[in-house]
Amino acid sequence: MTSAQETSLSGIFFGIVRRDVRLAWSQGGTGTMALSFFLIAVTLFPFGVGPEPQVLARIAPGVIWVVALLACLISLDRLYQADFEDGSLDDLALSPLGLTGVAAAKILAHWVSTVLPLVVVSPILGMLMNLPDGAYGTLLISLLVGTPALSLIGSMGAALTVSVRRGGVLLSLLVLPLYVPTLIFAVGAVDATAGLVDATQPLALLGAASLLALVVGPFVSAQALRLSLE
Amino acid sequence: MVFDHLSFEVKPGELLYLRGKNGSGKSTLLRLIAGFLRAQGGTLKYGDEAWAHGDAALSEALIYAGHDNALKPVLTLRENARELMRLMTGRAVGDVALAEAAEVFALTGLLDQPVRYFSSGQRHRSNLMRFAYLSRPLWLMDEPTVGLDAENRDALAALMRKHLDMGGMIIAATHDPIGVEGAMIDMRDYQPEIELEEEWL
Repeated sequence: MTSAQETSLSGIFFGIVRRDVRLAWSQGGTGTMALSFFLIAVTLFPFGVGPEPQVLARIAPGVIWVVALLACLISLDRLYQADFEDGSLDDLALSPLGLTGVAAAKILAHWVSTVLPLVVVSPILGMLMNLPDGAYGTLLISLLVGTPALSLIGSMGAALTVSVRRGGVLLSLLVLPLYVPTLIFAVGAVDATAGLVDATQPLALLGAASLLALVVGPFVSAQALRLSLE
Repeated sequence: MVFDHLSFEVKPGELLYLRGKNGSGKSTLLRLIAGFLRAQGGTLKYGDEAWAHGDAALSEALIYAGHDNALKPVLTLRENARELMRLMTGRAVGDVALAEAAEVFALTGLLDQPVRYFSSGQRHRSNLMRFAYLSRPLWLMDEPTVGLDAENRDALAALMRKHLDMGGMIIAATHDPIGVEGAMIDMRDYQPEIELEEEWL
């Protein structure tokens, strides 16, 4: 008995992306959760720090980036755990796409469903934080270039802690230190623009951090998921 | 070590039962064949091809159904089936094929219900439904009869017979008979010797 029809690997890849984006925005998904956390947490800063425009403008890039990073982190917890708990991880591991491809698809879905909405609303929060006028473009570019690293690095942590009960804290300890380079280059780029300096160099380094994460992220995630199947 | 000196062969059209009490290694053996686990020693061959741990090629030859039902509660049964079909082949499952598969385990009326409203028996049947619409030569079934009533047990037996008649292979871990002829392995015969293990330690 042979399977009559061809297997389409790209069909599988985009099928997983669609499935995960859909699940993230369905009831109990992480998309709405991360976005509301991002909006509320950034809004708290003007209340806490006080409404002086200069102070807010000074801390705006850092606050937006740190909160975006934390919003991403709270959604990572469920990246593989939901599939692990209901047994779908077995099916994912048996997909002809291979576990590395599956991890790559799930990371892309996480970025599209959870991180991209943060990028889209960030200019509104920039206004709230009195971000200097010239820095909006760089903020958006830094988020677009830098956030893929958050999903990619986070996926490795999520895969390693998938079988750990209440692994969220462990996940933060694993992942947050690895976010430091991305955070430094991203905030450096936005600060540079706000200070009317050329931001090309920190943006290039930010891109390099994301590319490095792209090389190791899916592969390491797949290896870690294999361990959790045993 | 769960078992050793275990050797068997399944030819097209053959069914192999794995018997043994809880913890004797039935599920472990199935997960080993599916490539989830790494064996400490020994080989696994499909035709002339040796299967390596986690090989993507082997996944195109088998379907596995385990204890967990692998269903997303927020999606309907139809959506769950579509996602699984897409995950395994990259293609869409036809509505006709899906309706026929649902018919097998009397799930037609539940196709458009979200799975979170299902009883545990219905979830189990929904999980078994994958064997009816995915086309793969080797079926790995872990306790397929748990929670099935007599009617659905007959439906399962008919589905398995049909698969075997078409030259398929089945390895099923089960406590109770399904009513399909097949060879049997008793896992108790392959338990590692205790003395040997002490020597190892």
